[in-house]
Amino acid sequence: MTTTTETLQTMNMLEAINHTLHAEMGRDERVMVFGEDVGINGGVFRATEGLLDRFGSERVVDTPLAEGVIAGAAVGLAAAGMVPVPEIQFLGFSYQAFHQIAGQIARLRYRTRSRFDVPITIRSPFGGGVRTPELHSESLAAQYANIPGLKIVLPSSAADAKGLLATAIRDPNPVLFLEPLRGYRMIKDDVPTDEHLVPFGQARTVAEGSDVAIITWSFQVELSRRAAKLLTDEGISVKVLDLRTLVPLDTESIVEAVETCGRVVVVQEAPETNGFASEVIATINDEAFYSLEAPVQRVSGYDTPYPVGMLEDFFVPDVDRICDAVRRVAGMVT
Amino acid sequence: MTSIFTDMIGSRLFSQRVFNLQRQGRAGTNAPIDGSEAVVVGAAHALDPAHDWVLPQYRELVGLERFGPEVLDRYVLYSIGHPDGGHIPPPARVWPPQISLATQVPHAVGLAWGMKRAGATGCVLVFLGDGSTSEGDFYEACNFAGVLDAPVIVVVVNNGWAISTPTRTQTRAKNFAEKSHAFGIPGVNVDGTDAVAVYEAVADARSRAVAGAGPTLIEAVTYRLGPHTTADDPTRYVPTDELEAAKERDPIAVMRTEMQRRGLWTQEWEEQRLAEADARMERAVVAAEAAPLSPGELFNHVYDEPTPRLVRQREAFER
Repeated sequence: MTTTTETLQTMNMLEAINHTLHAEMGRDERVMVFGEDVGINGGVFRATEGLLDRFGSERVVDTPLAEGVIAGAAVGLAAAGMVPVPEIQFLGFSYQAFHQIAGQIARLRYRTRSRFDVPITIRSPFGGGVRTPELHSESLAAQYANIPGLKIVLPSSAADAKGLLATAIRDPNPVLFLEPLRGYRMIKDDVPTDEHLVPFGQARTVAEGSDVAIITWSFQVELSRRAAKLLTDEGISVKVLDLRTLVPLDTESIVEAVETCGRVVVVQEAPETNGFASEVIATINDEAFYSLEAPVQRVSGYDTPYPVGMLEDFFVPDVDRICDAVRRVAGMVT
Repeated sequence: MTSIFTDMIGSRLFSQRVFNLQRQGRAGTNAPIDGSEAVVVGAAHALDPAHDWVLPQYRELVGLERFGPEVLDRYVLYSIGHPDGGHIPPPARVWPPQISLATQVPHAVGLAWGMKRAGATGCVLVFLGDGSTSEGDFYEACNFAGVLDAPVIVVVVNNGWAISTPTRTQTRAKNFAEKSHAFGIPGVNVDGTDAVAVYEAVADARSRAVAGAGPTLIEAVTYRLGPHTTADDPTRYVPTDELEAAKERDPIAVMRTEMQRRGLWTQEWEEQRLAEADARMERAVVAAEAAPLSPGELFNHVYDEPTPRLVRQREAFER
């Protein structure tokens, strides 16, 4: 149930995020944006461009280069009644904030029995394919999804980036809002310019199909959509389901996809072992096993550290690997 | 002064009672206050409980009676393992114990930052131990506090020991107060066995903080007179002669001597105060042990509203 309005504007994902930060800061003066280079530089990708000029240095703050205190200070700001929207410049850098995100932010409500609301939205770009240096590209959603108390949100379109980010900022729980840096400028679509909220826990059908369902999230939605188009020409009708949020998880839509198609491929960019695809497959096992006509296939990165530039295209799943997996599960190849 | 002394002897008694509850199998592992009474109570008396916040580590909650009876009541609940022990209700401006060392310092800086932005009067005081100063969070938070001119007072309770690790193994710095130079903020070294000295140092820091002059790092030097926790045997590593010398500077004895000198103390008066503290603690323990708890509480307060998956798990759990 997505709120829609009449006025649409074509934006790329970065523009949608920037537009939403402007709108949310304008709507609620408690919202504060802070992190490395978010102020005068407008963010290394320009996601926070113009915020400092418009809202001032009290609300848009360039911090020292210290991810632990960027995350940790958000806890105190929340307790002071603010709505913190910190940025971790790249998700790989969140290792240096993991103890605050996992050990503190995620359990603040639980350990204080809700004395404090935790309306923290941590924005962080991630994902490969753009030749970043080491530790910029790691897909760590599954690690965080294993930590109760966090919500894990991964938009795959500009419209969803707006609708999900606005929902995240207004949510009284901590949200990890993970932005696919490969899609920042590549992904463009029509974004409602007025109020637009996308609720958490409601997956989006990106392509309708009846033979095979691809279940995925974030930038892999874009690749899966391209794969689905190619496979249509081969006579395979492919449904693409974008989970949008891993926590909370839309189990109903997963079950429906399995019941519709009977054959499923789960695509993730993270390494295979313990990726969130494993959780999706276990959920299918629990809730829809008897609707399956073939074992679920999964397409993943490999169980290697995220590689350097000349190897990364072999690591990140691409359209060919997704197509191969769909053909396998459809019984067209062995 | 009498109020400080009353809370100091109360804090030691409360702490010993919680320690004994663990020995009787009625409470979990806990950390006694012995040796830190002057630091905690002296600091608390320099603050304004209506406007200031205290973020403790895990040893200090028995000394914060001044911030409201909820603090001790909830600490007893916390010690026996009841989840409501982590909820210190308003108006008490005190956070529950922090087990992950130094993580509370970034929280204190964020809270002070938010209060400053909101134009609130008041400041934040955060306690940590000498061992915790080796954690990255301490450096990151003190540095950021300096940049923000945040109204925060960082109190390092240097009791000589981080479980079995002495301060000389913790750092080559001459003392912990001098680490303030790296943050560009004032650093103060104070005798942590002298509650009046601690009170004055914190009062000065508070004046600076609420006047917008930024943070202060205070090192209060004392000695841990008991074990690290109920699970620790300090006879394995604390030199006996060192401990005996430290007992000569027991903060409660130091204060008692000073009060005697001023004619403010009699044996009978102290015994009355202890009897009151004992009765107060007894009420807290009885209330805590009678506090209801349903197993379904396991699932509450993960989010403001449970996710569908949590609802499903809870339903299965309760069947």
